[in-house]
Amino acid sequence: MTVLDYPEEAPAIVLGIETSCDETAAAVVSGPSDVLSSVISSQVDLHARYGGVVPEIASRAHVELLTPVVAQAVIEAGLSDHEVEAVAATAGPGLIGSLLVGVSAAKSLALAWDVPFVAVNHLEAHLYSSFLEEPDLELPVVVLLVSGGHTLLVLMEAFGRYRLIGQTLDDAAGEAFDKVARFMDLGYPGGPVIDRLAMDGDPEAVTFPRPMYDDGYNFSFSGLKTAVVNHVRTHEDLVVADIAASFQEAVVDVLVYKASKAAEEFGAKGLCLAGGVAANSSLRERLLDACVAAGISGFLPSRSMCTDNAAMVAAAGWQRLQLDGPSPLDTGADPNLALPFIS
Amino acid sequence: MIRARSRSPEDTRKLAACLAELAQPGDLLLLVGDLGAGKTTFTQGFAAGLDIHEPVTSPTFTLAREYHGRLLLHHLDVFRLEQVSEVLDLGLPELLDSDGVTLIEWGDAIRQALPNDYLEVALTFVDGPINSPDERVVVLSPVGPRWQARSDALAAAIRQWIGEPPC
Repeated sequence: MTVLDYPEEAPAIVLGIETSCDETAAAVVSGPSDVLSSVISSQVDLHARYGGVVPEIASRAHVELLTPVVAQAVIEAGLSDHEVEAVAATAGPGLIGSLLVGVSAAKSLALAWDVPFVAVNHLEAHLYSSFLEEPDLELPVVVLLVSGGHTLLVLMEAFGRYRLIGQTLDDAAGEAFDKVARFMDLGYPGGPVIDRLAMDGDPEAVTFPRPMYDDGYNFSFSGLKTAVVNHVRTHEDLVVADIAASFQEAVVDVLVYKASKAAEEFGAKGLCLAGGVAANSSLRERLLDACVAAGISGFLPSRSMCTDNAAMVAAAGWQRLQLDGPSPLDTGADPNLALPFIS
Repeated sequence: MIRARSRSPEDTRKLAACLAELAQPGDLLLLVGDLGAGKTTFTQGFAAGLDIHEPVTSPTFTLAREYHGRLLLHHLDVFRLEQVSEVLDLGLPELLDSDGVTLIEWGDAIRQALPNDYLEVALTFVDGPINSPDERVVVLSPVGPRWQARSDALAAAIRQWIGEPPC
């Protein structure tokens, strides 16, 4: 069975809602991978001056933005409200206040339109994101999911069948980017800023540690962040671009090495990237090189599919409806919701 | 105020694990220190001292995580919280009422929202010789009756880290 098997009687048109962090997003899909519309309203400007997402500001912005974003997603899909056949929303993990806005809205719409509601795990939606752009990806695949809140290496055998290969033991990869950028006053979000600066820097200028490089599949980025802080504290005449490039190189080295090694060891047909850090230019380039060297197919979702969006939520919701049916209307939001791993 | 010195992240973990031996239900600890000072490292050691064996990861993204060991551990990161009301939104009073131990990173910023009964743990880089990037000064300040009553026990628990560093 592939992830794309599609029973005819199930709902086809799914509205997805994503409000787990600082993007207010809504999208409509038809079936497992046909994206009819995808609207994202980013709050990044609202949070930039704080150097990170401020939960209270995020929740308030979601409340203001969600209704127009949902309306726009339905209109852009060329539909009217009564043609939506199910409503999916991210129920976790994420910021509790933000999640509640999306989950409550989705349940209300499902109730008002008399269609099923389905709760979606944000991480599962990310794992599935590659399949929206490449529905014929052969399973199993190894997915490297790297974002501001998560760093996971997962073997995906089918939709809903995941084996945990590795995860971070402290900071997420994207968090390391944000924290290094904040420490060096480079701005927020840290990932794109460091990516841009690194293009003009020498990645070999400073040899930062590659934590846990040859030590299993787990990751650790807290010590690398501290190494950058120590270096900056104890050196004068720093070239910021060189620090950015050297730091990024250390992160990418570890991610690419472990991901490609996992793909080989677990006999994966392909290697996919997911999550906001998957938008990093160096990571994308180096991961593809590693896939070519290993003779497996590599898939990089477009940058807009890597970062938080509702198309992946709607599509994962469609899949969950096939597997489990609708979620009860008393389903809550869970800020620490985990992926359902098999062992 | 108890001043101690850690020579490495591993040292910080051990010190924190020794402190965890003294933890009681309802305790509150505030972790103060710059980026990279070792707040997460301290928390990992503290969790190990509470017999928590799952990975203790940064709470920065979701603001709060909980772990089950000898005692329940609530691990909060409030760096981005701007207002006292947001701390209340996290359910802090309920956490403190529970049978668990609450450990707050960057707690300095929200001190006014907290009950006057906590142990402050300040981690600072050691200035001076640039060849000691792993060393940290750890200052414990018991505030309020709960922790002041345990001052002597605190000093005894981390005795091996107190005193002048060898030159």
